[in-house]
Amino acid sequence: MTGEKAPDPNKQTLVALVENKPGVLNRVASLFRRRGFNVDSLTVGRTHKPHISRMTIVVDTQRTNVQQIAANLFKLVNVIDVRYLSHEPHVSRDLALVKVRTEHAEAYNYVTEICERYPARIVDMGSAVAIVEVTGSEVTVEEVIDKLRPVGIVEMVRTGIVAMGRGTRIHDTQYEPAYGAITEGSGSSNGVVV
Amino acid sequence: MQLSGSEIVLECLLREEVDVVFGYPGGAILPTYDTMTRYPQIRHVLVRHEQGAAHMADGYARATGKVGVCIATSGPGATNLVTGLATASMDSVPVVAITGQVPKAAIGTDAFQETDVTGVTLPITKHNYLVTDVNELPHIIREAFHIARSGRQGPVLVDIPKDIQKEMAEFVYPEDEIRLPGYIPPDAAEHDAVQEAQKLINQAERPVILAGHGVTVSGAVEELRELAERAQIPVALTLLGKGNMSEDHPLVLGMMGMHGQAACNHAIQEADLLIALGMRFDDRVTGNLKTYAQNAKKIHIDIDPSELNKNVPVDVAIPGDLHTVLNQILPGVEQSNHSEWIGRIRDWQEDSDERDILKHYNEQQLISAQVINALWQYTSGNAITVSDVGQHQMLEAQYYPHERPQTMLTSGGLGTMGFGFPAALGAKLGRPEEEVWAIVGDGGFQMTMCELGTAAQENININIAIINNNYLGMVRQWQEIFYEERYNATPMQNPDFCKLAEAFGVKAVRAEKRDEIADAVAYAQSIDGPTLIEFTVQPEEMVYPMVPTGADLHDMIRRPKPGEVSA
Repeated sequence: MTGEKAPDPNKQTLVALVENKPGVLNRVASLFRRRGFNVDSLTVGRTHKPHISRMTIVVDTQRTNVQQIAANLFKLVNVIDVRYLSHEPHVSRDLALVKVRTEHAEAYNYVTEICERYPARIVDMGSAVAIVEVTGSEVTVEEVIDKLRPVGIVEMVRTGIVAMGRGTRIHDTQYEPAYGAITEGSGSSNGVVV
Repeated sequence: MQLSGSEIVLECLLREEVDVVFGYPGGAILPTYDTMTRYPQIRHVLVRHEQGAAHMADGYARATGKVGVCIATSGPGATNLVTGLATASMDSVPVVAITGQVPKAAIGTDAFQETDVTGVTLPITKHNYLVTDVNELPHIIREAFHIARSGRQGPVLVDIPKDIQKEMAEFVYPEDEIRLPGYIPPDAAEHDAVQEAQKLINQAERPVILAGHGVTVSGAVEELRELAERAQIPVALTLLGKGNMSEDHPLVLGMMGMHGQAACNHAIQEADLLIALGMRFDDRVTGNLKTYAQNAKKIHIDIDPSELNKNVPVDVAIPGDLHTVLNQILPGVEQSNHSEWIGRIRDWQEDSDERDILKHYNEQQLISAQVINALWQYTSGNAITVSDVGQHQMLEAQYYPHERPQTMLTSGGLGTMGFGFPAALGAKLGRPEEEVWAIVGDGGFQMTMCELGTAAQENININIAIINNNYLGMVRQWQEIFYEERYNATPMQNPDFCKLAEAFGVKAVRAEKRDEIADAVAYAQSIDGPTLIEFTVQPEEMVYPMVPTGADLHDMIRRPKPGEVSA
């Protein structure tokens, strides 16, 4: 595996803890749209607590005032906490599934070589195509995608970035809802309520 | 105690001390209307259009400081509230809107009178709810009122499916239990920021206070006066800040901004310190941001952190409640006099006085400024005035000085024509002991004049002054200045407003000459019930000063002095 390139200094990562309730993603998206905030990436997923979801938002500070984003996010009643993760040591990961042509042996060999040198692996093999899964920092994922281009990318999907502070920097909330709690095992706990 | 959803709603309204609701029934809200018959403590005012209900709840809230409540049915009933909610949202007014929704099972099926109301109102409410479980209803209503009236106030909508209004649940009012971890309005300022603010205030040679609506809402009127008087700091008011400090106080400069007092705008541009209190540097008060108060340090205190450094970068940004923060700052503020600075401002004021149209207008035919100033005179400057939007609104701000907060109500941020008359009805119901005047233009009045029916049916004792120039006057003014006098779609063929009022059972009188004003006002004041006066004024008046959109704040188009040729 090659050493990671330095992340783009203009990219800021925000993490928001939000209530896992219907419409919350819509509220955040609507806020970004109506205020004209540009975001590079927004991911949302559930946490170890069924009533809390977590958003990771990556912003290009050259295009958008990140303080305004944070202040406006915090105004949303369902947003419990907002933090700038770029200000502290953190782990940041993106995941891509890349379907590439592998009819020719040299293409296949090239792809397996990439998978040995990068945090990538082949997760599906057909007669003509393979799916490569790559997980790493955004920079790493970009690098792998660039390397795969000459082979012929036919389909691709990315999750967007998720991130977490290193060490004992715990970003959590003690909040328990007064009503309408989503419990483990109840129907809606099987996914994020959006 | 087992109660139905609609009983839960009304029990919650009682506990929130709601004494009047403004609404209009319809299919999806009928269970709640039926239950209302058992709650005579809550007066229901039947409006003629739901927009009127939202504006009435808004006017009630602005006049009382309490939460105003409006009710509508699903679909068109709810969408008709939209303009009123957007108005309340822009001006931070606490309103709770309760809407009926189609039954749960029908949601998402394009059912009759179904609209995604929480979706539609998401950007124009502070928060909103779609109730999906009757057991959550008490918590949601409690939260709705709490969110509406705390922090930066604003409208909250609660959408209740029809079947939930009928379902039964155990009712326990969650008196103290509000758990909103993502909703923590700021209160006190940090020590360092307080010290920095005190230092800037004590060092300033040419300070100006910019006092906005937040002063009224946080109840910081006394603190504002104390700060201004102790350090002898001139006070500029935003449109919604009028009434924060009596306008006959020598330190008060009047309104700032596009149609503000020239002396006030000059003072802001020449200041070395702006102390912005509960205002948001709207484009209508700053003009060109690049040249705005360039030599001034700036302190900005506002309850909404997202307003700080939004339009104008400031030196000291304090998120907090003004009442709390000013009480932190005041002990460290030294006495001062700033007599040289105040002297300079007096010179600008004298220049403005010479240009005042009332000083050199002697015709019999009425002009708007004269009518509004006469209303001030004949109400002893003590009425609650509710203006609409346009030339008359700016002239009200200039020619009706207010002494008390919550007496000048108008749609500032959104500039909603049609706001004035229904908001005045709401204000009167909230403050029945006050004399209330709706001061409206002929254009805006016609947008919500159906509420004459509401005023008559409820016998609401307000006075309506229509300033009728048979034009959409402010738009016409822009056409005169910026569009080479092409008066497209601004001349109005109006009804006979007096006959119209009489058709609704509302007493009316017309005044066309200056010596008819006093009698008309006295007549309106003598009637116990709604009254309308149609003031016929000159058709093509101008509001001065005027800062053209995007121009520098000091670059005002002025009314020529007598003898001067118009620029």
